[in-house]
Amino acid sequence: MSAAAKMRDAPAATRVVRVAAGQGFWGDWLEAPRRQVDGGDIDYLMLDYLAEVTMSILQKQKERDPSLGYARDFVGAVESVLPGIAEHGVRVIANAGGVNPAACAAAVRAAGERHGVSDALRIGVVTGDDLLPRLDELLASGHELRNMETNEPLTAVRDRVLSANAYIGSVPIVEALARNANIVITGRSTDTALTMAPIRYEFGWGREDWDRLAAGIVAGHIIECGAQCSGGNCLYDWRHIPDLADVGYPIVEASVDGSFVITKHSHTGGRISVPSITEQLVYEMGDPRSYITPDVIADFTTIQLAQEGTDRVRVFGIKGRPPTDRLKVSIAYRAGYKAVGTLVYAWPDALEKAEKADEVLRSRLDRLGLRFDQILTEFVGASATHGPLAGHVREVPEVQLRVGVRSADKASVERFTRELAPLVLNGPPSVTGFAGGRPKVEDIVAYWPALVDKRVVQTAVEVT
Amino acid sequence: MKVRLVDIAHARSGDKGDTANVGVIALRPEWYDVLTRHLTLDRVREHFRGVITGDVERFELPNLRALNFLLHGALDGGGTLSLKTDAQGKVFSTAMLRMVIDVPNEEARRLDLPGVAA
Repeated sequence: MSAAAKMRDAPAATRVVRVAAGQGFWGDWLEAPRRQVDGGDIDYLMLDYLAEVTMSILQKQKERDPSLGYARDFVGAVESVLPGIAEHGVRVIANAGGVNPAACAAAVRAAGERHGVSDALRIGVVTGDDLLPRLDELLASGHELRNMETNEPLTAVRDRVLSANAYIGSVPIVEALARNANIVITGRSTDTALTMAPIRYEFGWGREDWDRLAAGIVAGHIIECGAQCSGGNCLYDWRHIPDLADVGYPIVEASVDGSFVITKHSHTGGRISVPSITEQLVYEMGDPRSYITPDVIADFTTIQLAQEGTDRVRVFGIKGRPPTDRLKVSIAYRAGYKAVGTLVYAWPDALEKAEKADEVLRSRLDRLGLRFDQILTEFVGASATHGPLAGHVREVPEVQLRVGVRSADKASVERFTRELAPLVLNGPPSVTGFAGGRPKVEDIVAYWPALVDKRVVQTAVEVT
Repeated sequence: MKVRLVDIAHARSGDKGDTANVGVIALRPEWYDVLTRHLTLDRVREHFRGVITGDVERFELPNLRALNFLLHGALDGGGTLSLKTDAQGKVFSTAMLRMVIDVPNEEARRLDLPGVAA
C-alpha cells in the first residue's frame, strides 16, 4: 500500500502526499527512478523529460517514423519501477509523451505485457497541446503567435515551423488520476504541473485555491530539475556535500494546508538545506512576483524556508493569484546551420598562439567569400565562460581555440569544417587535440516562444 | 574595505531565450542588506559591460535573502542559435561573483565581512 493510501485514514491535517522526482531532463541519471521507488515510501513518481528544444527533436523523429516522437528513455524508466507500480501502488506522472503521447502509451503497454503486469497498468494519456495541425487555422483567425522576445509575428518563419505546442496545466492530469490512471503520460505540460497535479488531486484543491495551487507550483519548481535541489550543481559548500555518487533525488511531502517539506530518502548522498533549495528557487527565475503558469501565478517573494531537520526543509507562506487568459506556446523552427570546431595550443604562449591561429583562420574564411551570419571565437582556458571578467591570463599550460559559425547557407558551413585541420601543419606551433576529426554540420532548430488565447486549446484525457 | 562578492554570497544562473538570470544569495542572513546596498543596477550594468549586449533588470527577494538579475542579450542569441560554450548561461553565476565591492570600514567591521588584503 502506498503511503497516501495508508495516510488516507489519518486526520486530514496530518496527511502527507509524497511526490518523488526521478528525472530532471531527458538524459538525466537512468538509475534515479528506480532508486526513488525502491528507497522508501512514495506515492507518486514525477519524471520531467522536456526542455525547450526537445519537442522539435521529437517532431523530427516522428516525421521519420510515425511510431516515434516521445522520450524513449521513459519506457526503460517504467520497466525499472514496474513492481512499485503493480504491487505498491506508486503512480507515475511524466511529460514523456512529447509529440506522440499515444505512441508512448503503446510502448509502455507493450513493456507491461512483456513483464506480465499489463493488467495492473491503467495508462492515462493527455492530449490537446499539439497546435501544429491547427497552425494555419489559428493564424488565419487572427492569432499572430508573435515571438515573446522579438515581437515578430509567426508568419516570418511559418514555412520553417517544425512543432508548436501549448504548455498545459494540471487540470487534465488531475482528471486522469481521478479516473484511476496509475501512469499518466502528457505531451507539453508544464514541468511544474507534473508535481502540482497529484497534490491537488489528493487534497481536492479547487480551481480558485490560489495560494495552495501556487504552493504546488513552487514544489514543482523545486524538484523539476531532480538533484539540482538536493546537492547537485550546488555552489554553497560544494566541497563538503556528502556522497554525490549516491545522490538522493528530492521528494515533496505535501500537506493539505499548502505547506510542504522537501526531503530525500535516508541513506542517500547529497544534501537538502536552505541554501541548496534557495539556489534551485532562483534558477531560471524571471520576475519573482509573477511566476506564471496555466493554473495560477505564484509569488516567489512570499516563499518561506526553514530547516526542519537533517535533509528536511519546510516550505510555507506561499501566495498565488489568478492566472492570465493566455497560454505559452513553444514553437520550433528551422534556422539554418552551424558547426563548432576546436584545436588545442600548448605552453609557452598558448593564448597568443591560439589568437594567431584564429586570425589566420578568419583571413582564409574571408578570402573564400563564405557567408556567415556569425563567427564566434572563444579561448577555452582563458576567457570562454567569463569573457573579459576573467582578467589577463598568462602562463596557462594550454588553451583551446573554439570557433563556431552559423549560416543559412549550408555550403559555407561545410567549407568552414575543412579549414581547421590544415592549421595543424600550416598555422602557429604547439598545436594538438584534433583527433576528433572534422566538426559536424548541425541543423539549427530554434525556439519561438509565443502566447495564445487559452480558449483555443482543448485538452483531452483517455485512460485505458 | 574591498570585499569579494564570492566571499559573502553564492549564486545560480539559468537561461530564458537570449537572457541569462543570475540569482545572488547572501551567505549569512545579515549580509543580505550589503547585497541590496551594493549590487545596484548601475553596478551590475558596469560589471557586465562588454559581456552582454542588452540591459539589466533587478529584483529583490528579502524572504530568500536573494537578488535576481536578468541579463538581456547575454547568450549570443540563446538556446540552439548560440555558438557559445555557455549557451545556457549556467556559469554567469560565478561571473557575477567575480565582482569586488567597496564597503565602508565601519559597516564591514560591524557585519564581520571578510575583506581582501589590499
